[in-house]
Amino acid sequence: MTEAVEQLRASVIAGKVGARLQRRYAAEKRFRVYGVAAIAIALSFLAVLLVSIIAQGYSAFVQTEVRLTLDLDPAVIDPDGKRDHATLSSADYATVIRNALLARFPDADDRVGRRELSHMMSQGAELEVRKLVLADPSVIGSRREMWLPVAAPVDQLIKGNMERAPDKGGQFKERELARIDALKADGSLQTRFNRWLFTEGDSRQPELAGLWGAVVGSFYSLLVTLALSFPLGVATAVYLEEFASRSRWTDVIEVNINNLAAVPSIVFGLLGLEIFLNLFELPRSSPLVGGLVLTLVSLPTIIIAARVALKAVPPWIREAALGLGASRLQMVAHHVLPLAMPGILTGTIIGMARAVGESAPLLMIGMVAFIVDVPATPMDPATALPVQVYLWAASPERAFIERTSAAIIVLLCFLAVMNATAIYLRKRFERRW
Amino acid sequence: MQFLTLVAVLLLMSAAVYRMGRGRAQVLAGTEARSLHSLPSYYGYYVALWCGIPALLLIVGWLSLEPFILRSLVVDALPTEAKALSPARLSLLMNEVRQLAASGDFRFSSGPVASAAAEQYRGLRATSFGAMTVLALSLAVGGAVYGMRAISPKLRARNRVESAVKVFLVASSTLAIFTTIGIVLSLLFESLLFFQKVPLTDFLFGLNWSPQTAMRADQVGASGSFGAVPLFAGTLLISVIAMFVAVPIGLLSAIYMAEYAHPKFRSIAKPLLEVLAGIPTVVYGFFAVLAVAPFLRSIGQSVGISIASESAMATGIVMGVMIIPFISSLSDDVICAVPDSLRHGAYGLGATRSETIKQVVIPAALPGIIGGILLAVSRAIGETMIVVMAAGLSAHLTANPFASVTTVTVQIVTLLVGDQEFDSPKTLSAFALGLVLFVVTLALNVVALHVVRKYREKYD
Repeated sequence: MTEAVEQLRASVIAGKVGARLQRRYAAEKRFRVYGVAAIAIALSFLAVLLVSIIAQGYSAFVQTEVRLTLDLDPAVIDPDGKRDHATLSSADYATVIRNALLARFPDADDRVGRRELSHMMSQGAELEVRKLVLADPSVIGSRREMWLPVAAPVDQLIKGNMERAPDKGGQFKERELARIDALKADGSLQTRFNRWLFTEGDSRQPELAGLWGAVVGSFYSLLVTLALSFPLGVATAVYLEEFASRSRWTDVIEVNINNLAAVPSIVFGLLGLEIFLNLFELPRSSPLVGGLVLTLVSLPTIIIAARVALKAVPPWIREAALGLGASRLQMVAHHVLPLAMPGILTGTIIGMARAVGESAPLLMIGMVAFIVDVPATPMDPATALPVQVYLWAASPERAFIERTSAAIIVLLCFLAVMNATAIYLRKRFERRW
Repeated sequence: MQFLTLVAVLLLMSAAVYRMGRGRAQVLAGTEARSLHSLPSYYGYYVALWCGIPALLLIVGWLSLEPFILRSLVVDALPTEAKALSPARLSLLMNEVRQLAASGDFRFSSGPVASAAAEQYRGLRATSFGAMTVLALSLAVGGAVYGMRAISPKLRARNRVESAVKVFLVASSTLAIFTTIGIVLSLLFESLLFFQKVPLTDFLFGLNWSPQTAMRADQVGASGSFGAVPLFAGTLLISVIAMFVAVPIGLLSAIYMAEYAHPKFRSIAKPLLEVLAGIPTVVYGFFAVLAVAPFLRSIGQSVGISIASESAMATGIVMGVMIIPFISSLSDDVICAVPDSLRHGAYGLGATRSETIKQVVIPAALPGIIGGILLAVSRAIGETMIVVMAAGLSAHLTANPFASVTTVTVQIVTLLVGDQEFDSPKTLSAFALGLVLFVVTLALNVVALHVVRKYREKYD
């Protein structure tokens, strides 16, 4: 009897406990799934972002060009026969190009047809011909075969970013489409490497807009930032770690550095506008001021990284140096700093990578102007790479979406190279004591 | 450019003088190297410092005072009717003068007064640069001569050089303090000017934001209105949406990484998550405009809700994605810092891993996690590029996440990009907004760092 009761009780308990265990294990499994799902969501966001940008932007690295046989007719280019620089630079190259197109499409020789032909070509085509003639005026009078860029709408049509049919938002009439197809069929219309993207400054014409001005602007800003923030950051870290004794004063400095690391970057832009531009009257829109502001933005990162690197050097290195008669500064300069240098450099590169991608403070100091010229010195007006992304993103033309994505790809490549260098340095020179 | 050449010349001179100083010390020591107080190179550094530092200090001081002196000289020379202008108009005129002088192209000058002043400004600046060059170079030569004269075996060169270096170390460590002071002063100065024109209470509690001041005084809404509540509400709305995205995803992925993940999985997934943190915010902004906002719109159309193309939702989601790695890496740190003894205790009592995490590890790590979330909120509030590109421009006071709202940072950018007049409340209001932004993020950081530090002390 008692045995049976015991058995019954055991089975009831086993059932209850078993059910509960089942539930608890199910909860355990669910929780794991949540974790995996969270990581999967975050990484799929990253994947979607990269894929959509690359899908939009890869086509901007090529540009559609037309092969034309130009008749460099002296009667059009230089009717007076003077061959001087002023005449040649303001000559009517548009007509030269249109004549070449007319030779290819004789049926277009009416007012509308001529206009359609002119609209097919980019202004860059004229600049290309002008460059050729100015470099060597003796080509005038000869016939030349050249690859010349087409206007942005034709380019977008060829790349498949625009509908063909006029009733679905296409810009072209039937006969224009027929001409483009005829050129394409005999191989005179091809997409070729977009050299303008890497050699020119900004432009209102999407097919001529390049990144070079922004890259140079970013480079100068970065140069100023590096020249200031590296010595200042290392000096601050060395002082706080190796010389200062803990006092109220060093506490104040530490709290300040930690807070500056979390101040929104746009506030640094306001500081730059007020102090560097309005008070010290430094040149507006210049990479010099951009670099000064980015120095303030990146200093806390560098200081914090340098302090971590200095802390990682074991104390017996210091004791050994001091024991052999080195002064404190000799100990730091000859022993501690060289050992901490890989860590400091890694932190500096990461800080610089952040500065390259930073744009909000640069908007405040006027580095958002439309600037065509490539800056020659850090005092000239310029933009920076991320600001160029912002500017192009605000342009309504379809062709600029493609170029914005291309600019982002270039920017991300720069960042990837910098971060990879930092990781390599860390892996290669990291020491465990 | 000339300036850079001058600095380069000074640096070259210092390098040359270093070699001379070192050589002189070696000659003085002769064969008896021990008779020198310091190593010969310290004598070189000593002379080089004497050559370079006074000249560089002179240049820095000169360049920071030059604008003020030139300005007062040019203003003094202005004709009397120009001097009688109001201070605001006068500063506009001086701005023009500076720009004319910088470009050297007087075609766009507003009148003979400006052109003449610009001509004078140019001349003065050239004279000033010449004088500075001569002074700096003679100071460098003088310093070098003094330094060379001072070299003797008894000169405590190393101690002198080391104390100069220490002064540099201390000076650079105070830069952080000067930066903070600079931020506070520049924001406060312009904000005070703003609050003279618009009362503080109107700004903080007003419900209507339309900073466009009219051209003529008799136009409707001529004064503009500066009630910043819609901006605060918009910022808050977007930040809350961002937190709804970032906190669950960031926290759960941190828990999985810290407690469950195989080290191999962790070593791949963690850097990939950090890539999200390395992507520039301007890229996120473009992504929001290009992909997320149209996607939400099409979903909204199929469900039957109208979603603005600049909706707070799209902006908030993308900002949340940006913040995920921030939350996950901070939470990862604090979860890993929870001592294993707590976990082992829970396992010993028969808890499963998820029960241990939910009932032991998370409560223990909670202060640190909250600190991290507060830091993330402060980052969301101060984030600029995503909202500038993806959020709206006009201020609506609404809690509807599908409507378009604007934020504090968007307004700062729109008010300050382009032409600025520093006497109009429109421009000054940007600084008042900046001050609010600075104070709020500072308060959040102080609280967050305090919480995190308290938590660390508990387990150290």
